[in-house]
Amino acid sequence: MIKRIFILLAILGLILMFLPFLRDFEFHQELGELSSQYVEGSVNDLNSQNVVTAVIVTYRGLDTLGEVTVLFLATAGVGFLLRKKKTSLKSRGSSELLQTGSQFLFVLIILTGIYIFTHGHLTPGGGFQGGVLITTAFLLLILADTNLKFNHKILLFVESISGAFYVIIGLFGVLLIGMNSFLDPAILPLGNFGKLLSAGAIPLIYSLIGLKVGSELTTIIDKMGGE
Amino acid sequence: MISIIITVLGVVMILAAFLAIRTKNLLAAIISAGVISLLASVIYLMLAAPDVAMTEAAIGSGLTTIIFIFTLKKIRKGDLND
Repeated sequence: MIKRIFILLAILGLILMFLPFLRDFEFHQELGELSSQYVEGSVNDLNSQNVVTAVIVTYRGLDTLGEVTVLFLATAGVGFLLRKKKTSLKSRGSSELLQTGSQFLFVLIILTGIYIFTHGHLTPGGGFQGGVLITTAFLLLILADTNLKFNHKILLFVESISGAFYVIIGLFGVLLIGMNSFLDPAILPLGNFGKLLSAGAIPLIYSLIGLKVGSELTTIIDKMGGE
Repeated sequence: MISIIITVLGVVMILAAFLAIRTKNLLAAIISAGVISLLASVIYLMLAAPDVAMTEAAIGSGLTTIIFIFTLKKIRKGDLND
């Protein structure tokens, strides 16, 4: 009984805390100072059609680098904790119909993922979303074929190469433009607005992030479920 | 019109959250937690945030649900062996 009263009191306290947000809520009809800076800067200076991508890759590029690092540490932790015991448990393979269908879908999902992360500066989505889509393609293969073994060398190679190149592209900004330009995409020509090869290094950086996220999450999925 | 749809989706999300906490069936709890993320991504899409909606749909309702189901499978296998 006492416990229930405490829970009710806690809920009431939360409601009191969040009530001001609900009471003072109003729709903003125009952009604030910072957001209009972002919108104008991403269209005029960076030639990026998708403002969200310009903010994530350029204006908050260091945060994205930190996010990718956190994901890498999470993958390393999962890999360390879930070391596989060497068991050669051969289960009966799944039917050929299922395997062929999943291989057919695999290619299409991979293509969609690559489309999403290469067009990150033009359409919604980007490296993280495209990487997760690639992971779901590998997940489909794991679910369809129980005896599947991944080549971990290739996953490891893709993951480390893309992470290293991400930092190297960032350092090129410092080398070519100036001390304050870590991860500046203007190291490559900005191109025409709305074209695939535009917005400087943004498509390149987001493709590298997509490959890195895809290979890391595939490793996690394989450690968790593939036996 | 859009606020009515968002309200309905929010009510369904709260119901799914209650189901996820109260149900004894762990698989049903995982699925209803995934439903919450899926409906949240629909709401993000209606509030004109397609980037966030894609992330939420892919990670929240797709990958997280699958990882929880894999973990559940592993835990059950451990129970059977002991």
